Amino acid sequence: MSDLRKVSSNPHIRAKDTTAKIMLTVVVALLPATLFGIYNFGLRALLIIAISVATTVLTEYLFEKICKKKNTTGDFSAVVTGLLLALNLPVSVPWWIPVIGGVFAILVVKMLFGGLGQNFMNPALAGRCFLLLSFPSIMTNFECDAYTGATPLAAIRAGEGVMVRDMIIGRTAGTIGETSMIAIVIGACILILAGVIDLKVPGSYLASFAVFVALFATLSGRTVSAPYISAQLAGGGLMLGAFFMATDYVTRPVTKKGQYVFGIFLGFLTAVFRIFGASAEGVSYAIIIGNLLVPLIEKATMPKCFGRGGERS
Amino acid sequence: MAKLTFLGGIHPYDGKDLSKDKPMKEVLPKGDLVYPLSQHIGAPAVPVVKKGDRVLAGQKIAEAQGFVSAPVYATVSGTVKAIEPRRVVTGDNAMSIVVENDGLYEEVEYPPVVPVEKMSREEIVAKIKEAGIVGMGGAGFPTHVKMSPKEPDKITTVIANCAECEPYLTSDYRRMIEEPEKLIGGLKVILHLFPNAKGVLAVEDNKPDCIALLRKLTKEEERISVAAVKTKYPQGSERQLIYAVTGRAINYEMLPADVGCIVDNVDTVVAICRAVNEGKPLMNRIVTVTGDAVANPQNFIVRIGTNYHELIEEAGGFCKEPEKIISGGPMMGFGIFDLDVPTTKTASALLCLTHDDVSAAEPSACINCGRCAEVCPGRVVPKLLAEYAERYDFENFEKYNGLECCECGCCSYICPAKRPLTQAIKSARKLVLAEKKKKK
Repeated sequence: MSDLRKVSSNPHIRAKDTTAKIMLTVVVALLPATLFGIYNFGLRALLIIAISVATTVLTEYLFEKICKKKNTTGDFSAVVTGLLLALNLPVSVPWWIPVIGGVFAILVVKMLFGGLGQNFMNPALAGRCFLLLSFPSIMTNFECDAYTGATPLAAIRAGEGVMVRDMIIGRTAGTIGETSMIAIVIGACILILAGVIDLKVPGSYLASFAVFVALFATLSGRTVSAPYISAQLAGGGLMLGAFFMATDYVTRPVTKKGQYVFGIFLGFLTAVFRIFGASAEGVSYAIIIGNLLVPLIEKATMPKCFGRGGERS
Repeated sequence: MAKLTFLGGIHPYDGKDLSKDKPMKEVLPKGDLVYPLSQHIGAPAVPVVKKGDRVLAGQKIAEAQGFVSAPVYATVSGTVKAIEPRRVVTGDNAMSIVVENDGLYEEVEYPPVVPVEKMSREEIVAKIKEAGIVGMGGAGFPTHVKMSPKEPDKITTVIANCAECEPYLTSDYRRMIEEPEKLIGGLKVILHLFPNAKGVLAVEDNKPDCIALLRKLTKEEERISVAAVKTKYPQGSERQLIYAVTGRAINYEMLPADVGCIVDNVDTVVAICRAVNEGKPLMNRIVTVTGDAVANPQNFIVRIGTNYHELIEEAGGFCKEPEKIISGGPMMGFGIFDLDVPTTKTASALLCLTHDDVSAAEPSACINCGRCAEVCPGRVVPKLLAEYAERYDFENFEKYNGLECCECGCCSYICPAKRPLTQAIKSARKLVLAEKKKKK
């Protein structure tokens, strides 16, 4: 026993990626949408974002402090939640809205269920839906200094025409981070190039949504045109939801096939909510309901292993 | 043409530049040699010498016990000092024969060699068994057992595993570059056993010089070809290699012979050549001594039984303080706490690293990213299996194919939360397989 050294089970080397790095990449990928939101809606948007992020991080920190658990705020997942929540709020909300939403998202949805990795639905979306149900008039008031009209989705629903070009750039009313399709797609490209997400969930979500929305709109007696479908795709929280929230690791299926099933299901639900629902929007509810089905989808789509048919797929 | 490979796998830093251009160099042991009786899978060998006996290099000192077992040979001349438990690389104490080296390296006279064409299948297999040859890639499965499938005529492909996919290892590479004729000679011996088989030398495409050399040397050989397989860990894993070369996939319950394949590692094939064509038993192997803590990384021809301390000394000692020492490669090797252990038949490398990734990275919560499932060559979902393993839920562990894991380590390597997935699955496998064995 001359020279006792460290031992461990194999393997003895580890890849460089960490949870914190992945979460930081998501934050970076959200920056284009965030910056556009601040540019579009003014400095008040920055204030809402700051309050939201501060609330989520502080909630996680305090919960762990009080429960004498290890501090995990260093993994930046609370930052992602806070940022996503803020991007899903109208700029006109009072300061206590992001506080309530942030506390609900982190405390109830995430920490009470065991922290990161254990939450059964996306915390930011759950926070948003909680706010939508509790304070509907505040949460659907999109009037602000920059915009006084309806959101594009509400306009389409009312049968009015919309400027699809404005929707792609993002010069429309809506929540802070959802309006600019370009900014969101730039962020999505960052995530894809960094290997954080792939197109399985967002691709099947958007494609199936386009199909279902055309089908349901026709069924409900509308004339469906290419601009209509484009406006549906670019409008509301769909892009932000498809690339940044439906792809949340914790609440999407881990199996490959399951990810397609999940995406298609989200497309279906979103189309149902948007066409037949009470509101013009449906992405948030679609995703959190989809989240609840993830364990089932995973069970049903377990891959075959190598040597039993799984070597090729 | 699509590259020959498999689904999943990883591309870790390969570290081979440290030692790949260092020619093989013989190390003459100075101190005592220690021969564990169990350097293979199966029953331990039984000593045929006793304390005080004088032995010569090449003399059998322990006899195989039963069919799945292998004999052990002395590799120096000297006196049997003790037969007692000694520490081995796994950290266990294993019954070993200790020989005091007299420094003369006197060798026995080997029996005359019969040309392979004149030997029957049984005679060749007996020679391989007698030489004490086991799978030298790391598994240590007795080679003569592999060479005795139920239906030898149904073997269609003999694969020489020249992938060497473990990072840092260059022992097989040096063998191929410096003694390619022995590798081809050994493969020819195996092909002689299986008349309907073709021989394939499967080399990862990060060794283009090997591929070119072997292609040149086998140009005239009708039954032998060289397959360039994609450079990816664990390309050299038996199941993945068979799939890459033949497109046939076997699960953990099957043997390569079930799909007409025999797979042997480079050093094993060379040992077969030595045994059959030269009449010499397995006495040495190539060991890569490397890592950023080693002054002069090298590839040594090491006599089995040589103490690891001597290998480090021969490589110029440590230039920096090693934090972790690994017997074998970084993906599947054993972390050792003490250098005072002998080289065995299955020790391909001695890797000394100044930084231990494992103790530096504290495990955190699984974020369900799915990377473990993406890289898993067994196509299972490691994070799920590890959860079942940690909860002792062996029923679900088995249901979701936990036993298919080949313990390659890809899942633990890739995990961004640094969870020890391989370790959890490995432990559960051990328990489940032991339970199964008991039931039988």
